[in-house]
Amino acid sequence: MGEFLVTIQVKRTPKTYDVCIIGSGASGGTAAKVLTEGGLSVALLEAGPPVVPERDYKEHVWPYDLPHRGVGVGGRARHDLDNEFLAPNGAWEIEGEPYVSAPGSKFRWFRSRIVGGRTNHWGRIALRMAPVDFKVRSHDGMGDDWPISYDDVAPYYDKVESYIGVFGSKENIPSAPDGIFLPPPKPRCTETIVKKACDKLSILCIPSRLAILTTPLNGRAACHYCAQCGRGCITASNFSSSQVMIPPAEKTGRLTMITGAMARELVVGKDGKVAAVSYIDKTTKEERRLHARAFILAASTCESARLLLNSKSTLFPEGLANSSGVVGRNLMDTVGSNLGGYFPQLERVPAHNHDGVGGMHMYLPWWKFDRKNDFLRGYHTEFGGGRGMPGVGDYDRLCDEFEGYGTSLKRECKKRYGCYIGFAGRGEMIPNENCYCEIDPNVVDQWGIPVLRFHWKWSDNEIKMAKDMQETYRAIVEEAGGTYLASKGPDGPHPYGIADGGVIIHEVGTVRMGERPATSALNGYCQAHDVKNLFVTDGACFVTNADKNPTLTIMALTWRACDYLLDEAKKGNLGA
Amino acid sequence: MSMAISRRDILKSLMMSAVSGSVLRVIPLKAAEYAHRIVKAEKAAAETHAYTPKFFSAHAYKTLQSLCNSIIPADDEAKGAVEAGAPEFIDLLTSENKDYQLTLGGGLMWLDNTCIDRYEKPYLDCTADQQKEILDLIAYRKNAKKDPSLGQGIEFFSFLRKLTADGFFTSEIGIDYLGYIGNTYVQEFPGCPPVPES
Repeated sequence: MGEFLVTIQVKRTPKTYDVCIIGSGASGGTAAKVLTEGGLSVALLEAGPPVVPERDYKEHVWPYDLPHRGVGVGGRARHDLDNEFLAPNGAWEIEGEPYVSAPGSKFRWFRSRIVGGRTNHWGRIALRMAPVDFKVRSHDGMGDDWPISYDDVAPYYDKVESYIGVFGSKENIPSAPDGIFLPPPKPRCTETIVKKACDKLSILCIPSRLAILTTPLNGRAACHYCAQCGRGCITASNFSSSQVMIPPAEKTGRLTMITGAMARELVVGKDGKVAAVSYIDKTTKEERRLHARAFILAASTCESARLLLNSKSTLFPEGLANSSGVVGRNLMDTVGSNLGGYFPQLERVPAHNHDGVGGMHMYLPWWKFDRKNDFLRGYHTEFGGGRGMPGVGDYDRLCDEFEGYGTSLKRECKKRYGCYIGFAGRGEMIPNENCYCEIDPNVVDQWGIPVLRFHWKWSDNEIKMAKDMQETYRAIVEEAGGTYLASKGPDGPHPYGIADGGVIIHEVGTVRMGERPATSALNGYCQAHDVKNLFVTDGACFVTNADKNPTLTIMALTWRACDYLLDEAKKGNLGA
Repeated sequence: MSMAISRRDILKSLMMSAVSGSVLRVIPLKAAEYAHRIVKAEKAAAETHAYTPKFFSAHAYKTLQSLCNSIIPADDEAKGAVEAGAPEFIDLLTSENKDYQLTLGGGLMWLDNTCIDRYEKPYLDCTADQQKEILDLIAYRKNAKKDPSLGQGIEFFSFLRKLTADGFFTSEIGIDYLGYIGNTYVQEFPGCPPVPES
């Protein structure tokens, strides 16, 4: 038994699985579903614990139901997203698992060590990339084209949307292709005001596209409009991998889920293929090995790159699947910049239920695609505000602005409640040589696994884009008769309010696909050029980072890669 | 029914009898709503004991209550911060947070000391006019420019004002006062009601 073993002894699991998937988020969950339903036996490794809805979800709790009103012991989360209402979804810092920003760089890395990964955190914004987004170099000469086109991915967008459920509307906008949509919910007051202003400014404002059910689908109930997707959804009306992708995989009887499994490295056999994954069982702290005929890396963009770079062998001295040297390079996030406004007409709106889904009902797709701009590529805009559930910290700004005390303060707070709308730009970053991650030569985590060191620098194109966001949002606020708050200028560490790298949590590109093995790690099916039984299906495989949130594309690319893998398996190409 | 039962227990038991025919771990909407209602009713029945401060002395806590009441008083529209439980909320957080202990614990002592200097009495023993006079001084940042000795009091009051607003507007009383309607199950989202023209 375990207690008599010395801890360095490596335990080999007796079975050889058809496929081992590392990571259970958008990509890993999709792969588990597609592959098990295709008849393969699958082991799914997840570094975190299971998510248990009846224990972990906090839906419909009022602030006053909790002694700390949601901000935790000592008011810890008073200025933090990590409040008591949220379902477990990830963290910026994990004890015992550091990462490093190189001198002069600032990068933040959000990691979701839990079944379902970052889909527990995801805003469910499900946007298709446009045809032009796959062929950027052909279009404007910058960056690289993908080895695949929109037409290759479109059938898989269809499959994903049909299965997970995405609401939206048909609009025929070139920069925002239509999908298979459930009906969108009606606009909120805040959204009708913004839409009116956008119409006057000839800015597109259309129903948003979120992976939340507005009609029942595949055994899941429709949304009940409590606006609390971030707290976890007891009815699974919003999408998460743990509630929507993993259950059908489990139902096949061919899925073996292993939680608390921290992958250390991929072990290569004499034939140059991956033979096993070496991982730490976090509960027992034992080293284990799991064997499979094929491996899918879906551990998240930077974690997958880390695992490849840490898998060095005599056959692959620069790390696995890295003969091109691109692993870790090409790191991109999304360009983010925010602006808020006060809208006095909302003072007159009678009290009403403004909750809606847990996200925006309308958004602004990229609208300046048909003209020359000061920068390349584009951005979309998310916005929200209004009469949400009051929370701790909501009145900080007003208290500082209004000061005083007494009935006048109390009434001012009531008058201004629900009158704010915030805008958040989400734009395409062009990869540059200053943005990458590599293994830090000196630092390991608590499992002894070398950690990542990040390098980051925005280029002028992104700064110009952030400037355009600020100008656009000011124009919308003023057109609507509102007052904008704290517009951001060119100076300081965040010119025009541009967020630090990693903060928008859209990092992609570190194990990119491409036609040429010299300049890419994967082919168009996410299969490693160097190692045929290895696939990287998370955001790492992206060639560019269009303004669309990457999750829907991650799922579509994963589904496509798994169909290819199933086909290869049928042909007997999966190996012994 | 056992008082120890929690929302979590109820949801868990409901989960055991999850929707038949679905492989997904979900529970029927109505059942979940029912669970929340039961727990709310039980909590309401349990809350009727007097509060013993966890951090503040009896005197300091009385001063805190008085200040909370001045910051957000009861008026003809709604009860105030004290009725809404803001002092308890502030005491709980302060008992767990060293920074809050310095700012608020120290701030209350500053206030008494300043009142003794000015009026020869601690704050609570001052007349209503004297209390108003000192609050009018520490409630506005601009006063520190005229009299830098007010700086600490202004910082203290500024922080207490935020925490009092937190305590009030996250209470049932405060949420009703604001007119937030929601946190519930609706079949269809109704959209925006007609907005009156100004």
